[in-house]
Amino acid sequence: MKRFGARILHAAFVLWAVATLTFLLFRLMPGDPTLNFLSDSFSEEMRADLLQSFGLDKPLPEQYLIYLTSLLRGDLGVSFLQKRPVLDILMAALPNTAALTITALVIAYVFGIIAGAFLAFARGTVTEGIAIPAALITRAAPEFWLGMLLLSWLSFAWGIFPSGGANVAGSEFTSEWARMTSPDFLWHLVLPALTLALYLQGLPLLLMRATMLEVLNDEFIVMARMKGLSRWAIVMRHAARNALLPVATAFALGLGSSFGGNVVIETVFSWPGLGRVLVSAVQGADYPLAQGAFIMIAAVLVLMNMVADLLYAWLDPRVSVGARR
Amino acid sequence: MPGASAVARRPVLPGFVRATLGFLRSQPFAIAGLAIYLLFIVMAIFADQIATHDPREILFRGAYRVARYLPPSATHYLGTTAGGRDVFSQLVHGSRSALKVGVTAAFFVVVIGTLLGLLSGYLGGWVDRVIMRISDIILGLPFLPFVLVISALTRPGTTTLVASVALMLWPNTARVIRSQVLSLRERGWVEAARVTGCSTPRIIFVHIAPQVAPLAALYGSIAVGWAILTEASASFLGFGDPAAISWGLMLQDAFANQALSRGVWSWFVPPGICIVLLVLAGFLVSRGSEKLLFPKLGD
Repeated sequence: MKRFGARILHAAFVLWAVATLTFLLFRLMPGDPTLNFLSDSFSEEMRADLLQSFGLDKPLPEQYLIYLTSLLRGDLGVSFLQKRPVLDILMAALPNTAALTITALVIAYVFGIIAGAFLAFARGTVTEGIAIPAALITRAAPEFWLGMLLLSWLSFAWGIFPSGGANVAGSEFTSEWARMTSPDFLWHLVLPALTLALYLQGLPLLLMRATMLEVLNDEFIVMARMKGLSRWAIVMRHAARNALLPVATAFALGLGSSFGGNVVIETVFSWPGLGRVLVSAVQGADYPLAQGAFIMIAAVLVLMNMVADLLYAWLDPRVSVGARR
Repeated sequence: MPGASAVARRPVLPGFVRATLGFLRSQPFAIAGLAIYLLFIVMAIFADQIATHDPREILFRGAYRVARYLPPSATHYLGTTAGGRDVFSQLVHGSRSALKVGVTAAFFVVVIGTLLGLLSGYLGGWVDRVIMRISDIILGLPFLPFVLVISALTRPGTTTLVASVALMLWPNTARVIRSQVLSLRERGWVEAARVTGCSTPRIIFVHIAPQVAPLAALYGSIAVGWAILTEASASFLGFGDPAAISWGLMLQDAFANQALSRGVWSWFVPPGICIVLLVLAGFLVSRGSEKLLFPKLGD
């Protein structure tokens, strides 16, 4: 339990440091954030008013204190351009990103684990000679390019899937849940999720294969074989269970990094998620929104890093938290 | 006798060349990777000779008609872009910026990561704590979003991209080097150097550094790929150097100009293949050298 607490404290420290770094980045960089926001017709007085309303007229330490306290209360400020609370905008985008990321990760890991375990038995065969380079290629390809290929092929050339967005324009739903379970939403989800899954499956596949190869040489496997257990039972009940350990950790880490890494895929498929909010906020110099989106993406990353560490320690009692990263 | 000349020639080769050749013969993956690197290096050096047109020149056909979306032909191997520029020539020149970004970013990742890893591992104490806390914080920053924010807040361009990639990637290298140094510093020969009065910098840089160099190189070859992928993604999202000719910008150009719906495969497929090959080369080289570095891991 003590280790558990220490890991949470560590995550809190990293979160604080990231929040501070974000504050400094957005304040100290050259350029006046209001310049992009104001048109030439604004008077100096109106500009001062605006700065005041965003709290930008106060000295930096005071701004920092206000920033930290409002962050703790979950107040991320108001968007320059949309004039809506940043948190509302982010919360509207979050379910889309979560749906995309989780669907893609589940597909990628189910496929990767099965294919990886299978490949561990196919050592030295032609299958291995094709599958390993193929897995490496999907990891070397830019995600957005994979998306472009699938788009041009399955959407534009064959017209099977829609080319972008999360719902048909103008469609209305009684609730967020009704929207996300509608066939229309799921149909729009297929291509982006498939692209992301294609990009992500290489890691669990290679990881599963490598750990399986290691586990298969362990003594308890030899023991199981000597007991006369079938190959299938050995793989499923003994080997895979132990080989899954690093894969489970990678899953948690992948969840954290994909939330931010989705930026390009969401752009290719015009998927209304967090990454796209960030990109358009940064492009439009909407500083409160960009800052809020960045902090939210970073918070998910830090939390999932923590979960990965705890998961690893929980699954493998031999490891102490913090000893391994 | 074919064997005789080989035997006669062999002593001329310096030891490390022979070792490298022997290593390569046993590593088909590494050979493939190095061959790909070589291909792109040649392409980058002789880009002006290989390219059939000026990659920036807007081409015309007939009187004042911009040569848009031309299909592949003998004059335009891969056709032309929406702006009437030659795709093949852009592709060839794109290898320059890709290699530049990849190699400089990898250089800084290796130098910063190795230096901080050595100091952190050998000195320990508060130096170690500070360096490790900083690397913790950097690992808590989302990679691509951070690069985008930095590019937006400063001047977008290749320098900013390379700097932010180096800033984000050094912790991985530093951590691995550090753990290696932690075990090396307990070895007898380090103790011997200490007893004979070697200064701390001398022990770190003359005695320990060469031992961790292969590991650093491995992380460098992976960093090349990461930097190229990041440059492509940032360019695609509009945060690259707009004046440069890069594969990422070509893909952005194609995406923004309906190359997908028009089915202009010859425009958006080749730049992606080039990126895949160059990043893959880094993976292959590092997989090959992995076997040399960690024989136990080998498959």
